[in-house]
Amino acid sequence: MNYFLTEEQQMLRELTRQVAEEKIVPVRAALDEKEEFPHEIMKVLAQSDIFGIFIPEEYGGLGMGSLELCLAVEELSWACLGVSTTYAANALGTYPILLFGSEEQKEKYLPAIAAGKKLVAFALTEANAGSDAAGVQSTAVKDGDYYILNGTKQWITNGGEASIYTVIAITDRSKGPRGASAFIVDKGTPGFSFGKKEKKMGIRASITSELIFEECRIPKENILGREGMGFIVAMKTLDQSRVGVGAQGLGVAQGAVDEAIKFAKQRVQFGKPIISFQAIQHMLADMSTRVEASRALVYAVAKHIDSGAKDFSKVAAMAKVFATDTAMKVTTDAVQVMGGSGYMREYPVEKMMRDAKILQIYEGTNQIQRNVIGQALIKEAVSRENGS
Amino acid sequence: MKIIVCIKQVPDTAEVRINPETNTLIRDGVPSIINPFDLHAIEAGLHLKSELGGTVTVLTMGPPQAEDALREAISMGADEAVLLTDRAFAGSDTLATAYTMSSAVRTIGFDIILCGKQAIDGDTAQVGPEMAEFLNIPHVAYVGKFEEINAGMLRVQRLMDEGYDVVETSVPVLLTVVKELNQPRLPSLKGKMKAKKSVIKKLTHPDIGTEEKNLGLAGSPTQVKNIFAPEAKKDRKVLTGTPGEQAAQLIEELKSLKCI
Ligand SMILES: Cc1cc2nc3c(=O)[nH]c(=O)nc-3n(C[C@H](O)[C@H](O)[C@H](O)COP(=O)(O)OP(=O)(O)OC[C@H]3O[C@@H](n4cnc5c(N)ncnc54)[C@H](O)[C@@H]3O)c2cc1C
Ligand SMILES: Cc1cc2nc3c(=O)[nH]c(=O)nc-3n(C[C@H](O)[C@H](O)[C@H](O)COP(=O)(O)OP(=O)(O)OC[C@H]3O[C@@H](n4cnc5c(N)ncnc54)[C@H](O)[C@@H]3O)c2cc1C
Repeated sequence: MNYFLTEEQQMLRELTRQVAEEKIVPVRAALDEKEEFPHEIMKVLAQSDIFGIFIPEEYGGLGMGSLELCLAVEELSWACLGVSTTYAANALGTYPILLFGSEEQKEKYLPAIAAGKKLVAFALTEANAGSDAAGVQSTAVKDGDYYILNGTKQWITNGGEASIYTVIAITDRSKGPRGASAFIVDKGTPGFSFGKKEKKMGIRASITSELIFEECRIPKENILGREGMGFIVAMKTLDQSRVGVGAQGLGVAQGAVDEAIKFAKQRVQFGKPIISFQAIQHMLADMSTRVEASRALVYAVAKHIDSGAKDFSKVAAMAKVFATDTAMKVTTDAVQVMGGSGYMREYPVEKMMRDAKILQIYEGTNQIQRNVIGQALIKEAVSRENGS
Repeated sequence: MKIIVCIKQVPDTAEVRINPETNTLIRDGVPSIINPFDLHAIEAGLHLKSELGGTVTVLTMGPPQAEDALREAISMGADEAVLLTDRAFAGSDTLATAYTMSSAVRTIGFDIILCGKQAIDGDTAQVGPEMAEFLNIPHVAYVGKFEEINAGMLRVQRLMDEGYDVVETSVPVLLTVVKELNQPRLPSLKGKMKAKKSVIKKLTHPDIGTEEKNLGLAGSPTQVKNIFAPEAKKDRKVLTGTPGEQAAQLIEELKSLKCI
């Protein structure tokens, strides 16, 4: 389908597909098996400027937008969601600086991020704060020119590998949701350490760890925005990145369809390639149709964001829900099309199926996304009634 | 440091077919790529630039569509590109190619010239060393590793069938490289954008001061009689031990063969 991509967008897609085919596909099974962080691939992405896509040119990036980031994430996810999660979490951690950082903070951090020299992580989740972000218990107490950070963040992607962390902590509990603030914390700051590395079902090339803050003193200039803006920073960041999770779903689903078709053409039963059975064709037809619909929605939402739209929570949630539910369905069906082979680690689709599951959970579960969409629908209905 | 990388555009197949009647390559319908060894030469050029500073210029001799190969090299990070193209160059054998290329390199200026070990279509591995002869500079073929890189001196490993030689050379120099040397980088996004906009400099016969009689078909003494894969000679013996022991064994061998 022609999505009217510009020449630069096509170049970007071509390049990330080349990285995916030449540098990721050959090693993805081993990275998964060994639960190994993809250091070499990160170097390739850095050298190819892919880390700079969404960073403005004045900070050494390419000054592109949400659609371009989605194109890159889609192609990386086509090969391996573990790798694309590492890459996408870097963007997630960078958005708070891009959206709310001061000029000094941007100058200090963005060039190294654009060059892929420093990896970023975003730390909101805690043991008692999952879907309910208001449950954050980590605290940041002002002390002269410093804030003193205490608490534990869990399940943080890139935790331990990243050099820069954007962290949400409570600065004034009495103010409720307006009592949280966002901070930039550099790896190596005394009092900042890493706890256990999680063992996961999928996306095993990505690292998920605990962050531990014990009397960790960070300079007061490291606050993002103002005191009390923590949840606004977090919500705007998640709004911005959500469509990227949709792009992950799109990519892995496309990868699964491609594998299923390739296999179905070769596998012979009852004297014929199984692709000649209508039952298989219909599955492949439904899978492909869902993937194309995801692509249309993800690209459309990304373009909407790039057009400068202010409130895009609802449509971003729609893109995330639709494309990631599609990913789960399509990767599961790809295993079905491939039968026993699909279930074996010799073929890539069982990994795709294990990997796809995370997309319905992180960056706001798909139930929470439906809550967001539902609330937006109510708001729209009310304002229509009041308007008429 | 002025680094020149010679790249050749070749058909994208390891198995180039040969027309048995004319003994020439069948190129029709095969997409073109940069000769795989030359990708390693480009990577080596970019590496030397990062160590020594300077610029990397890619050079190819070929038809106008060879521009694609040059643009790809720019997308990997080469600073500029030169296309040597002229009807007069058509039909060149390795001698005429090396003559023409060396004249161009002299016109452009150079410190280090890098070539691939061989082209996967012509396969002669002659162009690099022949260029060095025309330019009257040293060359090291089959470079598999840089041991030391200085502006005036390079120490490299030359890969041989068994083991390697360590060779130290002054600069200017021409090196031909093998795949073991490095891992060619992929293009970068900024490089791809630059490559699209880059103006490729074109040089023709009058620009490089070549003599007509040495060009193209007229300047190509080679005649293809037959094409076959030579058999590797197996009747050889490797002497081991200390240098003294090896010398003693060698004398015995030569005596027994009645050579001395
Ligand atoms: C591999 C991995 C990587 C992660 N990376 C990061 C990271 O980099 N940074 C970060 O901050 N966090 C990260 N997370 C955390 C992730 O965002 C949370 O797991 C997610 O938000 C869900 O929270 P929870 O797991 O605590 O689930 P819970 O909130 O306990 O939810 C459990 C179930 O209840 C449902 N539920 C909860 N509340 C409601 C409701 N109101 N309505 C309907 N259903 C509801 C949920 O949908 C879910 O099905 C990561 C998690 C994983 C597993
Ligand atoms: C016997 C013979 C007859 C031939 N006759 C004809 C003919 O009639 N018409 C015709 O079109 N071709 C002809 N060719 C092909 C042509 O001579 C060769 O392609 C060319 O000389 C390069 O030789 P090669 O491919 O063996 O390269 P090699 O010597 O194997 O290449 C080594 C390296 O030299 C460099 N290099 C080689 N060629 C170029 C180039 N053109 N531009 C930039 N760098 C380069 C590259 O770095 C390459 O890796 C003939 C070849 C042979 C062997």
